[in-house]
Amino acid sequence: MLKFFLSRLGTFIPTFFGVTLISFAFIRVLPGDPIIVMAGERGMSQERYEALRAQYGFDQPIWKQFWDYFTGILQGDLGNSFVTNRPVWDEFFSLFPATLELSICAIIIATCLGLPAGVIAAVYRGKFLDRFFMSTALIGYSMPIFWWALLLIIVFSGNLGWTPVSGRIGLLYFFEDTTGFMLIDSLLSGQSGAFRSAVSHLILPSIVLATIPLAVIARQTRSAMLEVLSEDYIRTARAKGLSPERVNGVHALRNAMIPVITVIGLSVGTLLAGAILTETIFSWPGIGKWMVDSIFRRDYPVVQGGLLMIAVIVMIVNLLVDLTYGLINPKIRSR
Amino acid sequence: MSLLKIRNLSVTFATSTGPFRAVDKVDVDVDKGQILAIVGESGSGKSVSMLATMGLLPWTATVTADEMSFDGQDLRTLSGKARRRLIGNDLAMIFQEPMSSLNPCFSVGFQIREALRKHTSMDRKQRHARCVELFEMVGIPSPEQRLKAYPHQLSGGMNQRVMIAMAIACKPRLLIADEPTTALDVTIQAQILDLLTGLQKETGMGLILITHDMGVVAETAERVAVQYAGQKVEDQTVTDLFATPHHPYTAALLAALPERATEKHLPTIPGVVPGQHDRPVGCLFSPRCQFADDRCRAIEPPVQPDALGRALCHYPLNAPAEAQAQ
Repeated sequence: MLKFFLSRLGTFIPTFFGVTLISFAFIRVLPGDPIIVMAGERGMSQERYEALRAQYGFDQPIWKQFWDYFTGILQGDLGNSFVTNRPVWDEFFSLFPATLELSICAIIIATCLGLPAGVIAAVYRGKFLDRFFMSTALIGYSMPIFWWALLLIIVFSGNLGWTPVSGRIGLLYFFEDTTGFMLIDSLLSGQSGAFRSAVSHLILPSIVLATIPLAVIARQTRSAMLEVLSEDYIRTARAKGLSPERVNGVHALRNAMIPVITVIGLSVGTLLAGAILTETIFSWPGIGKWMVDSIFRRDYPVVQGGLLMIAVIVMIVNLLVDLTYGLINPKIRSR
Repeated sequence: MSLLKIRNLSVTFATSTGPFRAVDKVDVDVDKGQILAIVGESGSGKSVSMLATMGLLPWTATVTADEMSFDGQDLRTLSGKARRRLIGNDLAMIFQEPMSSLNPCFSVGFQIREALRKHTSMDRKQRHARCVELFEMVGIPSPEQRLKAYPHQLSGGMNQRVMIAMAIACKPRLLIADEPTTALDVTIQAQILDLLTGLQKETGMGLILITHDMGVVAETAERVAVQYAGQKVEDQTVTDLFATPHHPYTAALLAALPERATEKHLPTIPGVVPGQHDRPVGCLFSPRCQFADDRCRAIEPPVQPDALGRALCHYPLNAPAEAQAQ
């Protein structure tokens, strides 16, 4: 197991280097000069422009700029935002809990509904339940996410008034960020109704964000289950006289989990990378919105640092996914 | 009274190109403690008829039978729950491919204990002790360690021993072995067969051995049922079958055994088993039979009496004239 872990960790280093290079190059390929953007509509004198370029190191050759950036990263320094002048690291971690909280809720919804739906569809293949679940999944997958979000807001926030329209918590409540997770902080604050408010704010964005992963997980579970159900060992399990629940839920599902875990892992990756549309529609103060804003402002350090952090998180998630393969199926561990 | 009694079993699969009859009016009888071999080429419906008995066929299959009883219990009217109490317990089955028949995600010990937990009232300790005992019975060395192993860590022969241990865990009264040695090395084949017949003697269970190997039949079985294209074409005791085969197909199979060859070239049976779309009228074996005439090609053959091995043939071989059914 340790060897498996270390070999996976070994692939981390070249990937990490590649990501720093790409994130560095990406923002520089975009047209637009960060200094001009900083100056705004008033413009600036040529001397001031040159001075700022020198201050931010843009007068250096490109390899030197990369070298400074890369050595900075290795020392844990992602640079400061051009706009707020705060360290990118601090900005990232003040916003990341919001995204993480939303992503975790979304992936829990997607898994808890998608997995059983896929299993049921596979067990009753060709029957009504199968068709119902799979066509629903297809609709969910193909629906434009902003339209779906607006529809939910109109119905549940507008017409029914059950949920708030945007934000993370009601304006009535105020408390310190202890963990950054609103659900936990609202509980810790001890204010009555705060937790309820946090939950009600979380419901719609989580549903919207969960929709596509839910559809993908359901369809993937179904196809993986169908493949596994025709295996010889399923016949053996049935020949032992085990109940269909045990055969499907234990013997088949465990084998079908490998591809399903893969898509769950990939979904977590994309969710954490910032659910840009969802965060924008619900004014959710997460990293997706932050990244988009920074790209428009040509805020090089934020874009570079943000991309890098997201990439590292996706890599960590993938590593965890790889490790769970081995836990589920020992045959993979021995390879 | 026979342990397993099946009359007129037919199994039809719904396929995209229409219904396909894999088993056609087959009778099976096994007495307590008897070894029955079911022999036939691939596609002769041997496995399907036994899977139908176990109730393990996929939903595309339709099973019909005039009688289908295990120890007096009617298998046709059994509820799913009652059937699950029976199979794996009194009625067990092992399969052809030991490597793929065990679940790769669970240790072999877990998979055996699961059967014990389902069918017996043993506690955890007793189940473990029974597993160790079973591994010793099937000849797996150092059972304590092997119980923790996963199927991919064991060889094919070892996995088949595990499968056998799993099947006999709840002391079944009938064990169905579906080509248990086909996927194994020749040296291992003999060991597994010895193991099966040894266990059969030891426990007194009935044993149905599905095989296409006449050599295996000669060494192990007491009775033999020969199947061809879903039909049972002959049913005799082993000694009688080898001495006086009555169906031309049986005779041709025996003639094709290397041990019986008298010439330099082994005799073969020309042609292949008819499939879904090329089933002949009359006798199904007629296109490949050297004795077939127009009657064979037009009229379905009758079942001959016991004395003629219940051969499904118009002109059974080695038959005294008066014994023949018309």
